[in-house]
Amino acid sequence: MDVFGSFALLLAFVCAAYALVGGIVAIRTRHALLVKSARQAGIATCALIFLATFSLVYLFFSDSYWVAYVVTQSNRSLPTFYKIAALWSGQAGSLLFWSFLLSIYVFSVLLTYRNKNGELMPYVGVVMAGVQIFFLTLNNFVASPFKVLAAPGANGALDIFTRADGNGLNPLLQYPEMVIHPPNLYSGYTGFTIPFAFALGALLARYPGEKWIHLTRRWTMIAWCFQTVGILLGAHWAYAVLGWGGYWGWDPVENASLLPWLTGTAFLHSVMMQEKRGMMKVWNVWLVFVTFMLCILGTMLTRSGVVSSVHAFAQSSIGNWFLGFLILILVVCLAAYAKNRDYLKSENQLDSMISRESSFLFNNLILLVSCVAVLSGTLFPVFSEWLSGSRISVGKPFFDKVNIPLGLILLFLTGVGPLLAWRKTSTDSLKRNFGWPLVTGLMTGAIFFALGLREFYSLLCLILCVFVASTIGMEFFRGAKVIRARSGASLMTSAVDLTMRNTRRYGGYIVHMGMVLIFVGLSGAAFNKDVQKEMRPGSVAKIGRYDLLLQSVDSKPEPNYTSERLIVEVTKNSKPLMMLYPERRFFPANQESGTMVAIYSTLREDLYVVYAGRSPDNNEVPVVHAYLNPLVKWIWLGGVVVVLGTIVTLLPNRRAVLALSGAQQPAVAPSLSPSLQPQVTLREGHD
Amino acid sequence: MQKQAKFGIGAVVIVVAMGVLAWLGYGESKTYYHTIAELPALQGAARTHRIRVGGTVEPGSIRRSTGRVDFVLLGEGKSLPVSYVGSDPLPDTFVDKSQALVEGSLAQNGSFVAEQVQAKCASKYEAAPGADPKTGAAADAAKDSSQRSTM
Repeated sequence: MDVFGSFALLLAFVCAAYALVGGIVAIRTRHALLVKSARQAGIATCALIFLATFSLVYLFFSDSYWVAYVVTQSNRSLPTFYKIAALWSGQAGSLLFWSFLLSIYVFSVLLTYRNKNGELMPYVGVVMAGVQIFFLTLNNFVASPFKVLAAPGANGALDIFTRADGNGLNPLLQYPEMVIHPPNLYSGYTGFTIPFAFALGALLARYPGEKWIHLTRRWTMIAWCFQTVGILLGAHWAYAVLGWGGYWGWDPVENASLLPWLTGTAFLHSVMMQEKRGMMKVWNVWLVFVTFMLCILGTMLTRSGVVSSVHAFAQSSIGNWFLGFLILILVVCLAAYAKNRDYLKSENQLDSMISRESSFLFNNLILLVSCVAVLSGTLFPVFSEWLSGSRISVGKPFFDKVNIPLGLILLFLTGVGPLLAWRKTSTDSLKRNFGWPLVTGLMTGAIFFALGLREFYSLLCLILCVFVASTIGMEFFRGAKVIRARSGASLMTSAVDLTMRNTRRYGGYIVHMGMVLIFVGLSGAAFNKDVQKEMRPGSVAKIGRYDLLLQSVDSKPEPNYTSERLIVEVTKNSKPLMMLYPERRFFPANQESGTMVAIYSTLREDLYVVYAGRSPDNNEVPVVHAYLNPLVKWIWLGGVVVVLGTIVTLLPNRRAVLALSGAQQPAVAPSLSPSLQPQVTLREGHD
Repeated sequence: MQKQAKFGIGAVVIVVAMGVLAWLGYGESKTYYHTIAELPALQGAARTHRIRVGGTVEPGSIRRSTGRVDFVLLGEGKSLPVSYVGSDPLPDTFVDKSQALVEGSLAQNGSFVAEQVQAKCASKYEAAPGADPKTGAAADAAKDSSQRSTM
């Protein structure tokens, strides 16, 4: 299987090279057959990468401990579930996994548009093949996952040898989130290749109109959604596994995942200016370019150790390959832009400060400033070494100071932007749209101030969250009222109907609502508490309203590890509440231990209990570290809402005509199952 | 044109405000990277900076006591005694011979007071494939075996 896999990878490299060169020649000569063969080479590349990936998975499942990568990442008693995760737990495998996910996108794009957009697709195919070639170069020649173990034999030649068992997967990765977090994040990173390929392709082809934006909207939304989920899952993993009580530490790798998210979010908003008003064409193209480059940079930061972080420590030569690729992308983008600049001329100009356009401009400005701040903070050690010779890093205060105010301005725009009219908004409509939400927000703020909330940013965040939630609520309410007046259905049904008629707008509102929930959760961090205590069975630790009583300590062997856990009884206001079992696991395969945090999570707060080890100088008494983190659950809930909202925006609009005919017989269909409705009245969206 | 100017002013206000905040945050959190060998040579103000140092944890040097953990970092043939005084529990990856990054400041006597300790882990961690981590002979085994690509 290892030979099969590496051969498939090599063949994929050849096919991708053909797709690139053949594609360029096809564009030059406009030879129809050559166009087709280049496209098919692209499809073959993807199929071969699928085969290579599956053969690596097979090697893991079959415990093939003569393959170096399998030895380092797996062992016999590792549960099957984690053998899949082992695939992307190391350098070589995760780069192959990048190629694999990219191939899924490329494959779908090539098949979806095989008979459409004939002028544009050859260019898109060439760009995609270019990206694939880079990763295949790494897969084949720099970090092959199919290397085998060999030692010089008796006759001087190398003999393959097999180890009895592998080193085992890093315990930190043996956690359910680690099985779904990297695929999500990587799907985000790779997914932005598609809008990039279309944007660059359209620019090179001077493809008329805004069609590339319509074509890529869904792909971008999908990539964005994966990226969002990936970031949140990573945060949740850090929270639930690392045992430090937090979910975000401005670690370089965390930052790396945030950067393309920031520019990608800016892009999702600013393309609307181009669609509706023909503005910002240059800006949009460069936003996609930059987003893609940040995706590559993010992969590079994770994999190369340019900046030291929890994930990436030592230096690795792979960084130079990425750097070279980044420079190449930049040169290609600059050249394409310089050649076809006139194609991107703007059709309109900004009309008024208080308009949808200007709110989008500010949204983009904020996201970009945040991106620049995070990027410069992350790469500060590298830059300062170039400039002054000493390597200086910046930490949490730097990132917090800049990003908290930016986040709050962005939150404000989230409420305001969508309700401003294009071109110019009248004072009247301002009052109508924002009067009540503003009053509600301020009143909530006043109440909480009276209750003793004095933290400035948290109070401001609360006011803004209520304000934004009210504007969104009002939008749904108003729209639903109009539909209800016509159809007579319930308000809830009307709201669903409303959403399905303009999925893009109302799905967007749902995403915004999810962001509001996330902000609520983030604001809780200002009130975190923690306490650390050595505890003998029978002793009690107090935190907030909770008392933690250590009942006993037990220990049990599992197939892949031995666990030692504390049995802690939790009482709240002196009433018994529940049992918590913080745990330490010891993994014999790699002589490492892992922490399993016990969390009691409510909407109000998380009680987060860590078994921090045994006290060294006090007869091995267990040490308990307990945290009380308010509102954290809202972050994960917000994430779920964002995903639901994104799914709604991906659905096609329901035809208004059919909704009207439904209105004539209101008693029957629409009220039942909202999930079934769109199937009845599907309409293709923009594309 | 006036509209553009207004937007421009708004943009400048935001960027400048963020620049000021960034500068404040920078002053509060800047940390200088040094190698263990560089530390004794630091003079004057450089000794009072927040400093980050990396090295290998000397086997057998970890002494845990209440409220602090003492250990010795090795690097470039030099050694550096470190006292960790932070409140967070040390990472599970922090063991003998692990690579650790410590952040904190230099004490008068030349030892290092760390407020944060990171130890090498997760996605980048790859032991030498030929090595058997259960025995101490990991390095020897790695020397004997070499890798060959099947291509």
